[in-house]
Amino acid sequence: MEGERRASQAPSSGLPAGGANGESPGGGAPFPGSSGSSALLQAEVLDLDEDEDDLEVFSKDASLMDMNSFSPMMPTSPLSMINQIKFEDEPDLKDLFITVDEPESHVTTIETFITYRIITKTSRGEFDSSEFEVRRRYQDFLWLKGKLEEAHPTLIIPPLPEKFIVKGMVERFNDDFIETRRKALHKFLNRIADHPTLTFNEDFKIFLTAQAWQGPGLLSRMGQTVRAVASSMRGVKNRPEEFMEMNNFIELFSQKINLIDKISQRIYKEEREYFDEMKEYGPIHILWSASEEDLVDTLKDVASCIDRCCKATEKRMSGLSEALLPVVHEYVLYSEMLMGVMKRRDQIQAELDSKVEVLTYKKADTDLLPEEIGKLEDKVECANNALKADWERWKQNMQNDIKLAFTDMAEENIHYYEQCLATWESFLTSQTNLHLEEASEDKP
Amino acid sequence: MEQAPPDPERQLQPAPLEPLGSPDAGLGAAVGKEAEGAGEESSGVDTVFVVVVVLFTFVQMTHNNFWLKKIEISVSEAEKRTGRNAMNMQETYTAYLIETRSVEHTDGQSVLTDSLWRRYSEFELLRSYLLVYYPHIVVPPLPEKRAEFVWHKLSADNMDPDFVERRRIGLENFLLRIASHPILCRDKIFYLFLTQEGNWKETVNETGFQLKADSRLKALNATFRVKNPDKRFTDLKHYSDELQSVISHLLRVRARVADRLYGVYKVHGNYGRVFSEWSAIEKEMGDGLQSAGHHMDVYASSIDDILEDEEHYADQLKEYLFYAEALRAVCRKHELMQYDLEMAAQDLASKKQQCEELVTGTVRTFSLKGMTTKLFGQETPEQREARIKVLEEQINEGEQQLKSKNLEGREFVKNAWADIERFKEQKNRDLKEALISYAVMQISMCKKGIQVWTNAKECFSKM
Repeated sequence: MEGERRASQAPSSGLPAGGANGESPGGGAPFPGSSGSSALLQAEVLDLDEDEDDLEVFSKDASLMDMNSFSPMMPTSPLSMINQIKFEDEPDLKDLFITVDEPESHVTTIETFITYRIITKTSRGEFDSSEFEVRRRYQDFLWLKGKLEEAHPTLIIPPLPEKFIVKGMVERFNDDFIETRRKALHKFLNRIADHPTLTFNEDFKIFLTAQAWQGPGLLSRMGQTVRAVASSMRGVKNRPEEFMEMNNFIELFSQKINLIDKISQRIYKEEREYFDEMKEYGPIHILWSASEEDLVDTLKDVASCIDRCCKATEKRMSGLSEALLPVVHEYVLYSEMLMGVMKRRDQIQAELDSKVEVLTYKKADTDLLPEEIGKLEDKVECANNALKADWERWKQNMQNDIKLAFTDMAEENIHYYEQCLATWESFLTSQTNLHLEEASEDKP
Repeated sequence: MEQAPPDPERQLQPAPLEPLGSPDAGLGAAVGKEAEGAGEESSGVDTVFVVVVVLFTFVQMTHNNFWLKKIEISVSEAEKRTGRNAMNMQETYTAYLIETRSVEHTDGQSVLTDSLWRRYSEFELLRSYLLVYYPHIVVPPLPEKRAEFVWHKLSADNMDPDFVERRRIGLENFLLRIASHPILCRDKIFYLFLTQEGNWKETVNETGFQLKADSRLKALNATFRVKNPDKRFTDLKHYSDELQSVISHLLRVRARVADRLYGVYKVHGNYGRVFSEWSAIEKEMGDGLQSAGHHMDVYASSIDDILEDEEHYADQLKEYLFYAEALRAVCRKHELMQYDLEMAAQDLASKKQQCEELVTGTVRTFSLKGMTTKLFGQETPEQREARIKVLEEQINEGEQQLKSKNLEGREFVKNAWADIERFKEQKNRDLKEALISYAVMQISMCKKGIQVWTNAKECFSKM
């Protein structure tokens, strides 16, 4: 019933005022428990049941459509985009809170692996409870990612941290690696939660809540690989202009962000080595002061200044590794993601194009073709629109994240230099004060 | 004060106190006479590269008049030359232009009085001469012959222009130190070094100072065998060892720190390039990225000046590293003199013993005469008398010598210690100044850093 209503609504939805309908790819989906503007946008336009069943209904045509209520007719107007962004920036509209912590090592006869504790707090009705605690390992995250990609081939799924870091890794489970991974996994889940469409994905819910979790079977792991091979570079011929532009951007962006990642890592390394040398520098002055009676105080003061600058360097380093490096690295992974998304979009289009070709040149039995082509055209349009909208959202996020990360880095550096300045200036004043004292003593 | 018309030759002529070539000239001059107001404005290393000017004063005594003249010395240029060396082989070396100016008392204008070119080896010759003739003075050291304690990017090549420049400053500093030393400034050879281009080397060698130098073997021997050196000199030796070791260590670590700092700054320069390329594909972020990138370039290039300034700080420390050796040289001379004294005293004591035995007829000490007497028979009373007479003469002579050696030794200790005290004051002043200048450099570096990153932050926040 509802499905029909929804389905019938779709073609006639046209362009309601302000394009509130086309608010987001997930715009049609209800936001139970949410308040404020999004409720306004939804309630007036769509007579909704606050029930996740709407999503289920749509899954009937999952083969054609993304697992969302995004109608091919729904435009992505600028206003809808703004509203969409606003939704994400307002923390009080968030109704799903996830934390990833407490890495634990598990040893079995076959292998050793780490699990992470995932705590979910939510006020959404479709969740059985308001709080969940589960344990998952990296493979489980891979499964989730695969499922999301499968369900939404042209949405920009957040990246997972790498399986393993090749260089510099002696032991797979050293503390720094685990901590970095934990933070990245936390980010991953939260990004999904913040995504207007993905947040309602069923597998996402299962991942967050299922206690009796057998873990991904071997088959599902295989499934990922199979799909990866299948998505090859087909049918770039008829790529629409805007996607050509998008592709160019992605390629260049990927280059640049990779370089920035390398540069940032290198800066961290150089700062670490500088810190190591500075640690030795201060104490030498103390050593020297032992043999100089008249310079004891001056030398000791210099030593303490150097030590304080040393500490400031350490702080700068940790700021870099917390604010800048993870963000840049995430976008390196994102850029790989994006290339995958482009490929999948191209593939969907290629499917259509090949069928059209068959029809055009009457290569095979063409009876059922027009209907098939019709469905494929819908699919392509759906995919394109989904990607376009998500692309704008992604770009906006990227800008904000990059801007924030680099501003933080600049702030760290300013703070570092300010601390060192204060240290040396106070040394200088103490020396000149001393000098003035001595001078006045010498005066008759 | 009456001013005679400027006459370069006369004006620069130091008071006729030190006849050329007398090894004790220094001592004689040291006793009682301090150059009046040999005040210098600065003997430290300046960061001005081209010309550094220092004023100091000579006390002039000609007839009964005292003329105060001000003189400026500068090592103003360095030039690459080629020539033939002692083995008649082509070689490239650097020559340094030394200019001496006399400043008119009334109007402060300076007149160039002398200008000549010298190479490093001539400076070395001057110093070797001073070491021999002024053993009680802590003779200022020369800048290093080869670049040491270099950090990675700095060149260790002697022909490198930066090294040559720093050496030019070091040589100027060397001359200024001598010129401001109350005793050394009056040395004629030093005066000729500044004024007599040709033949100077021959003049120095004619003093025969090389022959008068103590052999290293003798000195080493004395160091090991001396029984009663003045404790202050022993302590001074330990101090100079410690000073050398700690400054070396400090310079090594500083070089490594400089290397690392260079790395940190320079890598940021890469941001500039990538940001610029990235900005080409960004609409809203483009401008912010581009201008932030420019600031990253500024940041990266600022390290060159910063480290160059720090190099001068390192040079100031290096001077005192080398001064440690000069201190040890004075200690060695004392040990040598003391050992000499001890040997002379020992020798005298043994002769007195011998004499006593001869007179009293007892034989306690072994002597060749005693043995031969036993073998070949007793000597006659006349022979014995003769021997006693010889010994008594020797003893007399020995006592005179011991007395003068003692006096010499005490004079040496007194004068050396006076110079060491002077040196200590100078060292404390200079090192403190150096440390303060280091702080000033750090402050400047921090201020630059704050400015660049504040600018960058603004660009980032506008993205």
